[in-house]
Amino acid sequence: MTQDPETYSALGEVGAFQERRTLWTRIKLDLKKSPMTARFGMSVILIYAIVAIFAPLLAPYGEAEVFPVPYAPWSSEFIFGTDQIGRDIFSRMIYGARNTVGIAVATTLLAFLIGGALGLAAAINRSWLDQFLSRTVDVLMAIPSLIFALVLLSIFGSTVINLIIIIAVLDSTRVFRLTRAVAINVVVMDYVEAARLRGEGIGWIMRREILPNIMPPLVAEFGLRFCFVFLAIAALSFLGVGIQPPTADWGSMVRENASLIQFAQYDLKAGLTPLLPASAIALLTVAVNFVVDWFLQKTSGIRDE
Amino acid sequence: MHPVFRTVLERLGLGLATLFIVSIIIFSAIEMLPGDFGEAVLGQAATKETVAAFRRELGLDEPAYMRYAQWIGNVVQGDLGTSFSGRNASGIDRSRPVVDLIAPRLWNTLFLASMTAIIAVPIALALGITSALYRNSIYDRTVNTATLTTISFPEFFVAYILILLLASLWPVFPSLANVDAATPLAERMFKAALPAMTLTLVIVAHMMRMTRAAIINLLASPYIQMARLSGASQTEVIIKHALPNAWAPIATVIAFNLAYLVVGVVVVEVVFVYPGVGQLMVDAVTSRDIPVVQGCALIFAMTYILLNLTADIIGIITNPRLLHPK
Repeated sequence: MTQDPETYSALGEVGAFQERRTLWTRIKLDLKKSPMTARFGMSVILIYAIVAIFAPLLAPYGEAEVFPVPYAPWSSEFIFGTDQIGRDIFSRMIYGARNTVGIAVATTLLAFLIGGALGLAAAINRSWLDQFLSRTVDVLMAIPSLIFALVLLSIFGSTVINLIIIIAVLDSTRVFRLTRAVAINVVVMDYVEAARLRGEGIGWIMRREILPNIMPPLVAEFGLRFCFVFLAIAALSFLGVGIQPPTADWGSMVRENASLIQFAQYDLKAGLTPLLPASAIALLTVAVNFVVDWFLQKTSGIRDE
Repeated sequence: MHPVFRTVLERLGLGLATLFIVSIIIFSAIEMLPGDFGEAVLGQAATKETVAAFRRELGLDEPAYMRYAQWIGNVVQGDLGTSFSGRNASGIDRSRPVVDLIAPRLWNTLFLASMTAIIAVPIALALGITSALYRNSIYDRTVNTATLTTISFPEFFVAYILILLLASLWPVFPSLANVDAATPLAERMFKAALPAMTLTLVIVAHMMRMTRAAIINLLASPYIQMARLSGASQTEVIIKHALPNAWAPIATVIAFNLAYLVVGVVVVEVVFVYPGVGQLMVDAVTSRDIPVVQGCALIFAMTYILLNLTADIIGIITNPRLLHPK
């Protein structure tokens, strides 16, 4: 306590805590106490979200608009120059925020829907269903997911829908493990038993009794999963088997402009161009990691050990 | 039977079972292909006869379990089938056996992976142990922040930063790692320097954080405190008391990260045009050359499972509590 002992009143302090805070005040208080890294992370995420939503308004040119000069240098007309067939890189970066991040968010949501639902079901059921799902997940996790994704993409072909479904299913295994592990501790609680005796269905028990009690670890996992999914999609697109052109996407943009790096000695700006989309990916991952770190500290009091 | 022996046998059995199921999954890749892929492989101009011959060669007129038995039998004998590429509508077959495609590249990939491991493992262990010892010092925090940042970076970002700095601005190393079978060892290492550095940066971060966590976990246990209270010096505590128990987690960390290397290698090989299995697999995925994809996936999955199995077994046989049961 830093208060002056002369004017300090215990009643005043206790009294202040007695008034019920609205959600909004609580959020504001938390934000005020947040460390610099978390604030940095949140502002980055906010900026990305704004850019993604208002992409068509912010971008000076269209996503696939082709200009006559390929590999144009940085200028006032083309802020980051143009790419190998003459598309404005700055505009494609802005549209990339919408495509790359949007697809990653959709994939993570789907992974949580599948993994979360099955994990809860396994935790409640605890019989053959649990055994079956857990063993399946064991096998799926025994293969590196990038390799698995490559096999599946070669069978089904690289479309955005396939990409989302494949990555979501592969990543839902980790969500399943976590959900099951935390939910098992909640399932044995008396109030869950009471709900069962009341005759509630499995859907109600999952949604209303267990889910609210396992939210904090799941929210943190959502952030981390998003990073993994985002990096996986970026890697696949970079390899040329993920998001396909002409859709603007950061991973494939890195590859398309990679040869410019050879000219860094003569024109540093040109050499930096392929790194721009890559750093856009890295910046968002770092930002999300910072926020997740803060959230974990806040909800569980654990530091990074 | 000694309990350790039994546990090891159990794990081996489990590992074999996993390998079996994984091989079934990879085998079914060809099963799940859309019906008209014969035309897709052979081209639009393929005649009915060539398509039929192609289907017969793949044995699509036999039941799946028969084909699996045949396939796995061939795989065990080192025959991974024939590549789809090089076939065309006229029926002239210029395709090559998958093994011939993979074998020279596998050696390249193993070379890159072991070169990385030899550099990365000592660095990561040293960083991990020292940062656990000087926990919460400025040194620890710096290392921690640096590694957290590296983990968040995509591999190709790290790779291109290295290319920009060490190949383009200050041309120390070549940015293309185009080695072949005739390249002498020294030149090979020189050309593979940048890919190895990229992989090192990525896995050192993971390994260092996991080693640190494992040691910190251990240093908090009561028997270490007891040793400290009985007057043992810091080095004595670490070497005599902590390390015997730390081998298991450290071995797990190393094997886990070598397994991670298996995946990381794919992206890095593509960036540096390094002729390894990863690049072959990506090319095969792009051209939907299923037999090659299957062969590469089988090799990657096998390495991954075997490394994790090794970690498990090392963890079991170095565990003092299992070695000296009550």
